[in-house]
Amino acid sequence: MIEIKNISKSFDNKQVLFDISGKFVKGKTNLIIGASGTGKSVLLKCLVGLLKPDIGEVLFDGRDFTNGDKNLLTDIRRDIGMLFQGSALFDSKNVEENIKFPLDVLSELPENEKIEKVNHCLKLVGLENINKKMPSEISGGMKKRVGIARAIVNDSKYLFCDEPNSGLDPLTAIKIDDLILELTRKLDTTTIVVTHDMNSVIEIGEYIMFLHNGKKIWEGDNKNILKSKIKELNDFVFSNKLMKKLK
Amino acid sequence: MKNFGRYILFLISLIQRRESFKTYFSLTINECIKIGYDSLFIVSIVSVFIGAVTTIQTAYNLVSPFIPDYIIALVVRDMTLLELSPTIIAIVFAGKVGSNIAAEIGTMRITEQIDALEVMGVNSSSYLVLPKIVASILMFPILVILSATLAISGGYMAGVLTEVITGAEYIYGIRYEFNPFNLPFALIKAYVFAFIVSSISSFQGYYTSGGALEVGKSSTNAVTNSCIAILIADYLLAQILL
Repeated sequence: MIEIKNISKSFDNKQVLFDISGKFVKGKTNLIIGASGTGKSVLLKCLVGLLKPDIGEVLFDGRDFTNGDKNLLTDIRRDIGMLFQGSALFDSKNVEENIKFPLDVLSELPENEKIEKVNHCLKLVGLENINKKMPSEISGGMKKRVGIARAIVNDSKYLFCDEPNSGLDPLTAIKIDDLILELTRKLDTTTIVVTHDMNSVIEIGEYIMFLHNGKKIWEGDNKNILKSKIKELNDFVFSNKLMKKLK
Repeated sequence: MKNFGRYILFLISLIQRRESFKTYFSLTINECIKIGYDSLFIVSIVSVFIGAVTTIQTAYNLVSPFIPDYIIALVVRDMTLLELSPTIIAIVFAGKVGSNIAAEIGTMRITEQIDALEVMGVNSSSYLVLPKIVASILMFPILVILSATLAISGGYMAGVLTEVITGAEYIYGIRYEFNPFNLPFALIKAYVFAFIVSSISSFQGYYTSGGALEVGKSSTNAVTNSCIAILIADYLLAQILL
């Protein structure tokens, strides 16, 4: 489980996050949603340690990631896997080298075991026999899958996904959502997905935190999000015509 | 001043939380190929012409019958070793390698590849930059030695072909009153310039933010700042060591 307590963050006197608390449960897909510019990505960066919150704590199964010593931070980082918005695959490395990279820097496994793990992860994300392809030779959806494979190769306990559906067609987006849900179940990870895609919210939102202007104003799941009476949440959820019709 | 302070902190970060020696070794070898081997062509072309032009221009200016012709070769030798090979090649190096380093690291920054390294617990600055600096320090002095050799050879070819000096006089001039300290001086300059170009370019790339436009700006800044720093260091080294 990942717990955040009273997270606040500002840049150059402009406060972006206001006193955000919440619990992200193990074995579930936890979503942080909200319109663009509401601080979702800043919150995610605070969670994975790319930014340090001004105030507040991030606890990974009770371990303080914000104020812990170097060894503790290294231990926690070994348990983190992250899928970036643009996949962030290393251009100079092929698919196999990209997925193997966390093992190269974090583990002492022999080379043949590393390759075995890479192939296993590729199989889990539904890709096989593309080991030697370069990132520039594969499609956007495949890059996301490779990014997920890289995120889970180190037996990560915590999986973070930043806008996993951005730039994908609706069908591929649904496949990626299903894959995230399936891996969360299979690997029993604490998964946190930052998104503003309503399809994802409905498909995989087992716990949802809604941010508006840097504040958490609602939390719940995909079953009760459509019944909420909060105006800002309704404006976000029913912003497109299809959702309005459904309402 | 703020940027200079950030540059110093950046340099300190390179030696903190390092990866294993094996990791750096393979990365450094790759960088040596990219930085050294891939620069051979441009360095060779520039060096031959530097030597050739210096010979012709020195001959053009030394018109007094009291000055023997072998002085042309002596001037070419000392100019090449003391200034032209280390400094001009460093500026060429900044244009080719420096801009490449800044663009490569800058692109990694804006495409979140550096964030990905940090999330994995890798010290991204050390992992990406240290091998480039080490490779530059290893390869640039070799490029300078090659450049000096080719420049002096280029001067010989130009001098003999245009008949401003005979081959025998040129060889005599090259050996005449040679100060052996000129060689280590050229190498000291090479080490300093290699560090300047690789570290400044990496710094510019590492702190890129925005998009493609900013990567271009970082690349330009890398070359401009490297050239200014090279010239300042050139003056200081001459003042201190000669």
